[in-house]
This record gives sequence, C-alpha cells and structure tokens, in this order.
Amino acid sequence: METATETAKRRITIDPVTRLEGHGKIEIFLNEKGEVDRAYFQVPELRGFEKFAQGRTAESMPQITSRICGVCPTAHHMASTKALDRLYQVEPPPAARKIRELVYNTFMVEDHALHFYFLGGPDFIVGPRAPAQDRNVLGVIAKVGVETAGRVIAMRRKLRELVALAAGKAIHPVFGLPGGVSRPLAPEDAAQFRQVAAEAVEFAQFTLGLFQKVVLQSTEYVELIESDLFTHRTYYMGMVDEQNRLNFYEGQLRVVAPDGHEWAKFDAADYAQHIAERSEPWTYMKFCYLKGIGWRGFADGPDSGVYCVAPLARLNAAEGMATPLAQEAYLQFFGMLGKPVHHTLANHWASVIELLYAAERMQQLALDPEITDPGVRTLATASPREGIGAVEAPRGTLIHHYQTDERGLITRCNLIVATQNNAARISLGVEKAARGLVSSGHVDDGILNMVEMAFRAYDPCLGCATHALPGSMPLVVRVCGHNGRVIRTLRRDADGKIHRN
Amino acid sequence: MKPKAAFYWCASCGGCEEAVLDLAEEVLDVVAAVDIVFWPVALDFKAKDVEAMQDGTIDISFVNGAVRTGHQLEMAQLLRRKSRLVVAFGACAQLGGIPGLANLTTAQEILREVYGEDGPSREFRENGHTLTLPELFDSVYPLNRAIPVDYFVPGCPPSPKILADALQTLLSGVLPEPGTVLAPDRAMCDECPRRDSHPDELRFDRFHRVQEQVLDTGACILAQGVPCLGPATRAGCGARCISGNMPCTGCFGPTSHVRDYGAKALCSIASVIGASEADEIDRIFEGIVDPVGTFYRYSLPSSFLERKRLE
Repeated sequence: METATETAKRRITIDPVTRLEGHGKIEIFLNEKGEVDRAYFQVPELRGFEKFAQGRTAESMPQITSRICGVCPTAHHMASTKALDRLYQVEPPPAARKIRELVYNTFMVEDHALHFYFLGGPDFIVGPRAPAQDRNVLGVIAKVGVETAGRVIAMRRKLRELVALAAGKAIHPVFGLPGGVSRPLAPEDAAQFRQVAAEAVEFAQFTLGLFQKVVLQSTEYVELIESDLFTHRTYYMGMVDEQNRLNFYEGQLRVVAPDGHEWAKFDAADYAQHIAERSEPWTYMKFCYLKGIGWRGFADGPDSGVYCVAPLARLNAAEGMATPLAQEAYLQFFGMLGKPVHHTLANHWASVIELLYAAERMQQLALDPEITDPGVRTLATASPREGIGAVEAPRGTLIHHYQTDERGLITRCNLIVATQNNAARISLGVEKAARGLVSSGHVDDGILNMVEMAFRAYDPCLGCATHALPGSMPLVVRVCGHNGRVIRTLRRDADGKIHRN
Repeated sequence: MKPKAAFYWCASCGGCEEAVLDLAEEVLDVVAAVDIVFWPVALDFKAKDVEAMQDGTIDISFVNGAVRTGHQLEMAQLLRRKSRLVVAFGACAQLGGIPGLANLTTAQEILREVYGEDGPSREFRENGHTLTLPELFDSVYPLNRAIPVDYFVPGCPPSPKILADALQTLLSGVLPEPGTVLAPDRAMCDECPRRDSHPDELRFDRFHRVQEQVLDTGACILAQGVPCLGPATRAGCGARCISGNMPCTGCFGPTSHVRDYGAKALCSIASVIGASEADEIDRIFEGIVDPVGTFYRYSLPSSFLERKRLE
C-alpha cells in the first residue's frame, strides 16, 4: 500500500516510448490534492546545427540544413535559399521565383496529404471514439476503401517524383542557389507538372469532401473540435501576400490578436524586433513569444505573448485565399466556427483547406508560360554579410538567419523552426488537457487519447514521434510517488492494446 | 518461414524512413516478404521484447542514423546480439553523415552557442518536481565504430533503386562478402549522364564556387571548374544531384578501394590543379574556402581525423 506522503506528490510521464531518448516527452506533476500542478513538454535532443554551421560556406546551407528534417527537407532548403538571396542581395528572375514556388506547393500538397491520411486521419476518419485498435492507418484504409488508399499512395509518389524532377532529389533537394535555381524547367517537365497538378486539385477536392462527409456531418466530431479542452485564445502568425491572402513561399508575416485584429505585420528580416526566444532549464527546446507583448508564462489571452503557427494560425492570420476553391472552403470554415478560430483540433480542417490551396496554386504556376523561361539565375556581385529567409513550412513559419565573413563563410546561424513557435501553446494544450482529464489523482485511460490529440494536432516535427506510420502514437503514463517509485503504469501500444500494471 | 527483419534509427533526420516510403507501391511487397519484428517508427515492439529473443533470432536488422548517445549505443549492441546480419543504412550509419559535422565542436560549445551561459540543465528541480535531460555526447560515431556491421547501404538518403536492389540481394540467400557496400563498386562518374563531356585531362588555375556562375546543363560540372566529387564517390545514386544541375557532394561515400573518403575526395580535386609551384598551388586551393565541409561533409566521424581534437 502506498502511504499518504507518497501519493501527495505524483508524477505522470507520457513518453512516445518508441523514441525513448528521442524527441518529445510529456511530464505531468500532481499536487497534494491529486490535481495537476504543472505539465512539462520536453524536447530532450539537440543536434547543434547552429553551431556546426559556423565555418561552412553559405551556399552549402540549403543542403546542410535540409538534414534537420528528412520529412520536411524542402522547407529548410527553401528558407535557406531565400536567406542566400538576401545575403548576396540578389533577386531571382521571375521564372526562378515561380519554379521555387511551384516546387514548394508541390511539396506542401504531398506533406499535407501525408498528415491528413496517415497521421491526423486516424483521429478523424476512423473516429476519436472508435476502438483504439482501429485508429491507425489500416483503420483509415478500411474506412475509405483500398481504392482510395491506392490513390493516396500513387498521388504521393507522383508529387515526390515532380519535386525530384525539378529539385534533384525529393529527400534533400539541391536546386536552391542565391539569385535563383540551378536549372530551368524544360517544357516537357512543365507538362508533367500540369498533368499532376490537375490530378492534385481533384484529389484535394475529394479529400475536402471526405472531411466534410465524415467530420462535419457528425455532431460528435464538431463538438469535440469546439470543446473547451482544446481551446486557447492566443495570437496567430502566418505569411500573407499584399492583399493579406495566405502564401507559403513569400510575403510579410502578419500577426493577429486573440480578438482577430491585426496586431503586427512585418518583413521576416525584422523578425528579431518582433519575436523573442527564451530557454527553460528543463528542455532543449527554445520557446518563442511576441516581444511587444512579453512573456507571462505558459498562459493564453491578449496579455500573454504566446502565439502559434501552422495551418489554423495561417488561416486566422490571413484575410482570404488566393485561389477560388480554397477561398470557398475558407469562407465555410470561418462561417461555421467564427473568426479567429481558437480550437486546436481545427488544425486538421485548416490543413485540408491548405491542401486545396497548394494544389490550385501548383496548377496556376504550372500553367504560367513564364515557368519554362531559361533565365533562372541572377548572379551575385555584392559581398555577403547577413541574410534572413522565411517560408511557411507545413508546420508553420520557418526562419533561417545567417551572418558571414566576406568570403561567405557562416559566422553565426540562427534558426527558428516551426515547432518552436508553437512550443508554448503545445505546453498550454497539454496542461489544459491534463487538468481536464486528471482529477483527484485519477488517471483515466482516456487521457492517453486526449492528450495525444492535443499534441498531434500541431503535427509537431520533433523528429518522428508524430510521424509514426500507424497514426496511433504509443504512449506510456507512469504515476510515480514523490520518491520516484512507480505506483502505476498505463501503456498503450501502437496496435491500440492497453496494458496496465 | 519469412525472414525476420528489424528496423531501427539512431541519430537521424527521418529521411531514411521516408526513403523506405518512397518505394511507394513496392512498400507493400517488402512488408509481404519479411516478418517485421521490431520497427519503433511503425510498430510498438519494445526493447525488452527484443531482449527476450534468443540471440540471432532476427535475420536482418537495418539501422539508420549515427550513434551519439548511450541509449543508441545500447540499442545497437542489443540488435547486434539478436541479429544474424546488421546493415548500416544510409550515410549517417555508414559514415557519420551531416550531423557528424558536430565533431568539429563539442557539446559544451553547442550549448553555449544556443543558450549562452544559462542553458538547460541535466537535472532540474522546481516545486519538488525533478526533470531530467539526457547527456549530449561530444562525438558522433558511425555504426561500425559501435558494433560490427555486416553490410552497408550508402546514400543520404539511399535511392529507391539502391534500396530495392539491396533488399533483393539480402533476401536472395546468396550473400555477398561481409563488409560489402551494397551499391556498384565504381565511381559516380561512370553513371553520370554527362560522362562523355568529361575531358581526359583537366587543369585549373582557379576553382569556382557553385553560385559564381551559371552552370551549363549538359556539360561535366568538374570541367566547368566547380569541385564535383563524382570521381571520388561511389555510384548507385542515379546521379540525382547532377540531374539537378548541381555538383556531387559525396553522400554515397567511397568505393571499396578507399579507406578515407575525405582524403580521396581531396586528392581527386587536387589532381586537377594546374600548377606545380607550392605558392601557386596554395593560391588555387584557397578557392576551396571550407575544405572540411567540402571533402568530409558526410564522413568526418568515419575518417582518420574523426573529430576536432578535444582539449
């Protein structure tokens, strides 16, 4: 029997056990009454890219930094390439700019589709209350049919072939250079892009239709999306064009307040005036917050500098979509949920709207006659000093900032990755879900699913805990006495089986 | 009975796992051909399930990523005991990879760079709560410095064809010599679509950086004065970077005749310097402003140099 003092302070650890020393860990501490005292979202790994970048050539950075993540290498490659444009003060010719944006949107279609069908999909397509053993990619296939599953696999393959065609490789592209891209797009390549883009638009419409059928027609789902447990009134940031429409590749960064009004709009080059980073002694992750508001701890509301990025934030920060079908979907989204939307789980819906936008944008660019213009490089003549580049990565705003010596060797490198922008809000979300689900020291099996959903809605790119194929992240909850002795263990495996001891 | 296979990742970016997914429709054939007994990214078998197996139970373990923590070392050792064959999969496991450039610095220097003097601590206490973080090691190691490795699949990441061929070879039952790198044992230049434009003799009085000129899309990149590591690098990638009109940076590592990839790469570039006087050679070589990042980009931890000397 445990003693009263042992139960007084309890600790719950939620650890994607498949990544024991890997990339993400949640610790929940209970107070004397058995209520949640604090929840910590820990990132226990640091690889030191910002340090070993020093001494490397600026032009090698698009290829070196893509190795931060093999799932979204194109995002790092592109942010880095844009930083090189600024470093060498050189504008890419129109065709180069368009090829980059075309490749970028192709990548976004592929990445968002992967997220929807394989990662977020199990929560929504199969259903959050479906038996856990069905909440995986096989459950998705059972629900949507083998034919659709085959279509998803084929679509992904074609999109990745296109990225490789234009950028050399789909995993770790090579085409980015200051002032342009390494090769023009041949007319036959453009034709292939047009063909696949048309398929992608259809595919995206089909996916949105599936989402509407399965999720929006279900009161249960909609209630879950709107539930207070997954709601935080924070600031939102995303990239917009001159008309404040969402753009993944270029534009200004726009921040809206929790009431939806524009709080700031700035060039990525001025990020340091607006975004501050802070470290905490218990994690390798650095937390971003809005400098102008300040850090008030892990709290939401207009007085806290906590903000977020990624699909939901991008839609909130924009005033519309630049393509017709996505614009329709955008209006439906806010028509139903109001604006801004503060519900974390609406990220899945937002990402399907973005999937449609990316496919339409891909088609627009592939149809642009200028895309095959052979002029794809502007040679740099200026001496390099400093360059900042930003894109919207699938998981949110990504900023690369380099300083170099006169030979173009990196002297300082600062990277703000998407998940860092979201780290504070993820911590908030985990804590709120824990508070809502743990009371009087009672740890319900449901906490596994619910905390996981709060976490996975951001698709946090911490490595691949959340890129696990079955879409059912294995979790373990350990309840420990204050002396560290494990009182109870709950473990859910990827096959959905729950083990208790 | 189907062969039992395990997949494991150490310090890696996830690109090697994506490379498996890039087999697309063929992934299903792989899944059908083997019995996967351990694959943390996809299936939740625990380390203790592996520990419970008899030694040698697993037919083939594919391990990607470099080794940089005690936990990864333990997992590598465990899989070694339980597996008949261990395959180092991808450049990080084979050579150390790009994260291996961290061997130019130390854990302390990395922490100071990122957090200043006031960084995270290994153990942190607040309100009676204790949180711990794993130790960061100073060095990154390729897999064969941690455990004996039977075969290597090169590339950052391995190309789908190399991967498919390697699987076929390993499942065929007719195994190559232990230590074999499962890719063609010849230089990348041999499969380069621009091979015919490679002159017999090259003499340069200066090197160009890739951003300094517009490269011709059909001619040998080295012949255009930009260091391309094709002559020093193993074939099998399908010349993907060349198709992208960019030079080879050496991710497939050396052929079997070479012990230190970086030294070989350095020689291949030095051999096209068109000068014989030391001063002149120095001047030309200054055109390569980051030799370590150029020649050892993927292979520093597996080289004779291994790392920056620790004080």
